[in-house]
Amino acid sequence: MTTYWPLLGVAVVIAGFALKRNPMLVVVTAGLVSGIAAGKSPAELLELLGSEFVKNRTLLLYTLTLPVIGVLERAGLRERARAWILGFARLTLARLLIAYLALRQLLSMLGLINVAGHPQTVRPLLAPMCEATATRTFGGLDDEARERVRALAAATDNVGVFFGEDVFLAFGAVLLIQTFYDGQGIHLEPTSIALWALPTAIAAFAIHAVRIVVFQLRLERRLARAQVVAPRPPPPAPPAPGTEG
Amino acid sequence: MLTITHIFYLIGALLVGTAVLDARDRRWSVAGFWAILAVPFLVGDQIRDAAKAGTRWPAQAMGLGVLALALLASLHRGRPVDDGDPVAREASAARLGNRLFVPALMIPALTGALVLDAKYVHSIATRWIDPGSNTLIALGLASVVALVAALWTTRARPIHGLTEGRRLIDTMGWPLVLPMMLATLGGVFAATHVGDAIAKLVAMVISTDSRLACLLAYGLGMVVFTTIMGNAFAAFPVMTAGIGLPLLVKGHGADPAALGALGMLTGYCGTLLTPMAANFNIVPAILLELRDEYGVIRAQWPTAVILMSVNLVLMDLLVFR
Repeated sequence: MTTYWPLLGVAVVIAGFALKRNPMLVVVTAGLVSGIAAGKSPAELLELLGSEFVKNRTLLLYTLTLPVIGVLERAGLRERARAWILGFARLTLARLLIAYLALRQLLSMLGLINVAGHPQTVRPLLAPMCEATATRTFGGLDDEARERVRALAAATDNVGVFFGEDVFLAFGAVLLIQTFYDGQGIHLEPTSIALWALPTAIAAFAIHAVRIVVFQLRLERRLARAQVVAPRPPPPAPPAPGTEG
Repeated sequence: MLTITHIFYLIGALLVGTAVLDARDRRWSVAGFWAILAVPFLVGDQIRDAAKAGTRWPAQAMGLGVLALALLASLHRGRPVDDGDPVAREASAARLGNRLFVPALMIPALTGALVLDAKYVHSIATRWIDPGSNTLIALGLASVVALVAALWTTRARPIHGLTEGRRLIDTMGWPLVLPMMLATLGGVFAATHVGDAIAKLVAMVISTDSRLACLLAYGLGMVVFTTIMGNAFAAFPVMTAGIGLPLLVKGHGADPAALGALGMLTGYCGTLLTPMAANFNIVPAILLELRDEYGVIRAQWPTAVILMSVNLVLMDLLVFR
């Protein structure tokens, strides 16, 4: 006879995350609710929490990589990554974004997940470079186009890091999968899990790269049409700036 | 013989060092957090041995520690710690160039080399490594070697290994521990048979004889749960305990490694779709001063939806070999 009361724990997880409570607090509360609903005594429940926590400690293994990354950052690792990205400045918009996507995926696969990111590279580097490149190529962006170029830069960073980091075998997701199965009596090597993330990583690169190219083509067409349709100043007038607002 | 316990001691030492540095800065609750977290790494084996021998109190005390971690985490956020002189970093980056990437590259490269050696060559380098968990030990060793290489390349003093490690640990804060906490929840769910209950409920809705139906329930379930919670890590233990393990691995002979990896990545597609994952989807819209709060999600949802479909096909192809 299956009892459904422990499912209350799942409800706590969903509600807690949806209401943006502190995730650590939500997770522990969910465990307690589930345990109480399953009829466990407080002593049993504490023991279960404690022994499960110890069992899953391999998940913190990647903290050992942090001193390495920290020392390298102190010596300019992030600045060096920025210099690489600045080297993309002469590319077209589509090539710039695709080069960034590839770089972001490769760095994440090697465990360099935080050398780039929205505050680190997208706002100070990638977004302005994209705007500059697009302005150079298309001769001026309207507000709508500028907004969409920036948003695509941020989206490209997300896709790059999400579908790169899982190939790094010390990454939390890989170790979470490994320890989860371990607790259920299935023993796996982290390498075998990380390997299965490769096909998706390649697919993500291909799909997003095609979308970037399509984006550039559409932008080109829309701006060309806007230039034809938009009332231009009479020819003899001095050259007006191409942007409006 | 070198076992995973030795690697755990290293993590414990790093966490204790972080706690001591935070205590020196009078950041007591943060110091307390890292000190409690060091416990399973320093005396975890003793806790497990005691529980096996019937002595319950050490595990119960650890359980209280877990509650304390959750409370301390709710009090505190990660805080950026001073990361030095930007001008000096710029100069150092120009001087060292791409050599900066070498120590970082050594972590995956050495780990891979040691794992392959232990599996196929059995050279002197790996003969003294516990074969039970050689990948994890290899990763620990590679991190240590890479740290030495990083210190040598950058001419930093050894103490910087600790101070810089502490800087990153403190910057990340409690989210560093969230995966471990979620795995713990997965264990609690297993012990309270939550997975069985979900499996029963799912079996009322879909035909569990159909491989495809189970696969779709798992993959789409990961996406929906991730979208609601904003976190694929949180969805993983629930969905895998409820559908992945009982219906796909045990019911249809799915390969657990491929199913886990592809299931998690399908969940990531959900992360791209949801404003709940604020760090990735809402914060950048603010950083880039977009008028549309959902602009980033609008830019990435087609990638997410196409990739999700590709992933479901990949699952069907790769999981049942």
